[in-house]
Amino acid sequence: MKPIEKTLAMTLLATCVATGAAQAKTITWADTSDVYSMDPHGQAISPTLAFLHHIYEPLVRYNKELEIEPALATGWEAVEPDRWRFTLREGVTFHDGSAFTAEDVVASLERATHPDSPIRGNLPAVAKVEKVDEYTVDIHLNGNYPLLLNDLTNVYVLDKTWMDEHGALNPVDPSKGEQSYATTHTNGTGPFVLDTRRPDAETVLTVNEQWWDEAEHNLTRIEFTPIASDATRVSALLSGQIDMMLSVPLQDISRLENASGFQILETPGLRTIMLALNQSPETLADSGEGGNPLRDLGVRKALYQAINMELIRDKLMRGKSRNAALPVAPAVPGYDAELDERFPYDPEAARQLLAEAGYPDGFSIGLDCPNDRYVRDEEICQAIAAMWARIGVETRVNARNASNHWQEALNGGSDVWMFGWATLPMLDSFSILSQVLTSPHDKYGAWNPGGYENPEVDELVKRISVAQDEQERLAMIGEAFALTKAEVPLIPLHQQPLIWAANDGIQLPQTPDNKVRLWYATVD
Amino acid sequence: MIAFLIRRLLQGALVMLTVAFIAFSMFRFVGDPVTNMLPQDATLEQRTELQERLGLNDPLPLQFGHFVTNAVQGDFGISYRNQRPVSDLIAERLPATMEMVFAAVVLSLVIGIPMGVYTALRRDSWLSHLFQGLSLTGISVPTFVTGILLILVFSVWLNWLPSFGRGEVVEIGGWSTGLLTVSGLKALIMPVITLSLFQITLIMRLVRAEMLEVLKTDYIRFARARGLTNRVVNFGHALRNTLMPVITITGLQIGALIAFAIITETVFQWPGMGLLFMQAVSFVDIPVMSAYLVMVSLIFVVINTIVDMLYFVVDPRLRVDAGKNTTGA
Repeated sequence: MKPIEKTLAMTLLATCVATGAAQAKTITWADTSDVYSMDPHGQAISPTLAFLHHIYEPLVRYNKELEIEPALATGWEAVEPDRWRFTLREGVTFHDGSAFTAEDVVASLERATHPDSPIRGNLPAVAKVEKVDEYTVDIHLNGNYPLLLNDLTNVYVLDKTWMDEHGALNPVDPSKGEQSYATTHTNGTGPFVLDTRRPDAETVLTVNEQWWDEAEHNLTRIEFTPIASDATRVSALLSGQIDMMLSVPLQDISRLENASGFQILETPGLRTIMLALNQSPETLADSGEGGNPLRDLGVRKALYQAINMELIRDKLMRGKSRNAALPVAPAVPGYDAELDERFPYDPEAARQLLAEAGYPDGFSIGLDCPNDRYVRDEEICQAIAAMWARIGVETRVNARNASNHWQEALNGGSDVWMFGWATLPMLDSFSILSQVLTSPHDKYGAWNPGGYENPEVDELVKRISVAQDEQERLAMIGEAFALTKAEVPLIPLHQQPLIWAANDGIQLPQTPDNKVRLWYATVD
Repeated sequence: MIAFLIRRLLQGALVMLTVAFIAFSMFRFVGDPVTNMLPQDATLEQRTELQERLGLNDPLPLQFGHFVTNAVQGDFGISYRNQRPVSDLIAERLPATMEMVFAAVVLSLVIGIPMGVYTALRRDSWLSHLFQGLSLTGISVPTFVTGILLILVFSVWLNWLPSFGRGEVVEIGGWSTGLLTVSGLKALIMPVITLSLFQITLIMRLVRAEMLEVLKTDYIRFARARGLTNRVVNFGHALRNTLMPVITITGLQIGALIAFAIITETVFQWPGMGLLFMQAVSFVDIPVMSAYLVMVSLIFVVINTIVDMLYFVVDPRLRVDAGKNTTGA
């Protein structure tokens, strides 16, 4: 377009916008922290990726039922076990008007899997990406790999020419002290276009009229504001400054329910809260005596059965949590309802088990917890400490901020420690099986500092990682969960609730992955 | 004077270096940033590799050396969290904090001084007692409680003022100001009241105490004996002589306000430096934390130097002492 035409078009557009102002549908919403970066390959953090999904798109995406559906790719097939062919959607344009083609996919996936890329870990199996023709690409894998589609839902496509023009073909690398043009600018194919951004204050998106998909939403504008303080966020909703918020504190639910004009959206989340039991050290860090009682299955089971999860759910979580026996939530592939039954709460049996294990008088132990990470994290630990005290296990709770907690726990310095696992970004049971329940070797066991090892599980995980048949794969996952459940390497507690609140004029699907998908939202 | 200034600058540099070093040795206690930067199912190899790349495994003196060498050249590195240069992040947020702090200082002077004068002159009136009582509240109620109460009353119940943020801002040559828009000014009201409450109390009590002291002195009595009006005596002579310590304290408090606006900024989601620091701490964003701490120590050093120089200008005795020193040396 020539400049003069461009000006004319802009004026026309402005007039349209002005006259259409009566139909303007804006949604203003808040969460606890800001979107970190506008670069879709800059951070592997779920809330940031979820927000950027409004601007950028992956080859395949999740719908509101959390099923994978075509996005920028319309079809795919495994030509060979380690070579997948994707057919791309034609007629898609980026926000700057340039056409979407195979070159963009190749450049984007190369950027995401570049050795410097912060999100390289999200595409562990991709070896090479090749353009076949304008609308076909081949993705070469380094072996059989069943989770390619899951992985691709988190990797968004940028325009190659645009990246080239602005020197953004390589990913940003925080350790090199460089910033990228793409950190602050965007050019995607998604349903919304970045309008303005003031970090930590406000990020504004406007609707993309040229979006390839049929819009289910009726929004023209999205305003996102981070509000860290819980009380302030709730006040902002009550006073009508925002239309919707995430992370509603449990104690404010009844207040919002009683106020007229607001709705609470809640669902059990994907994140399972668990206690890991450290079996590796000879002696426990917080224990006076020698020996590691956690190596005894009876002791682990006693600790399990001494916890009254009903009480924690009803009193601490105000009835909103979902007690769990499996380390994955029902929405995660591989979940098995039959296995998801907790060993019953039975302090008497627990005492018996301790006595049989040679600890009739109990022992002392440390329970390490984050205090700023999960819903009621520190309070839950204190409640558990009191419950364990009743079977004679003297428990010292060490609560600290999450960053310190992880450092201590992952270095093997915690006896028993709390952690949560949402299986994101992969959204599959393989995520927790491979990193928590497999013995630390090769790419596995990063969150298994306690060194739990079951050769059968290790073998199963190896086979699951290359399984071709989905039914067979799920069966093996079930088998692995059954094995680990019997050995109690960790104590699953519950899935914490996801609680959003919005004013009554908003219709919006809520998915257990806690990702806001405003292209499904409508505003009255 | 110049020798004094140079001496102060050298001392200042030393102070900042010490602050940076103390800050740096504390960073090992704030945790490991790597867990925050990688997805949870990252492999062990990815985690150790990132630690290596960020130089987190280097010995402390080496890390500190890198930091100082770069900082001297004005390069504070890139934020782990936002992946943008730390200096940009701070420059973006500086105006928000500065506007809030200066508005709070002005407010505390405008309210605190008259209240102090009044309570000194009319010690037994009911209004003085009320002021005294209020000032006790101002000192004892924590900032976040004041902030939340204000939000509850003026945002939720009355719906007059916004509960968070800066409102609309206008960019003037890289400085974003909220002082030129109605929504910007409205957004400023509650944070400024919250932040200045303690300062108002402080200044009121200071002015009152000084004023009572000065009113007892001989020249005030002689002024009255000369038949000057109360107004001239109270404001022309007494108040003027009480203001010197007030100016000093205000100067020092500006530094403290900038450094400790953290709570107010968190409650009101005020996009300033304090909020940036809070987020940096929870993410273990080491480059931002170190730059912020050095920045705050710089502000303190500069303000202290200015205050010291003001003494020179105002108090003739200091100049005499300095003169003796130079001739003696």
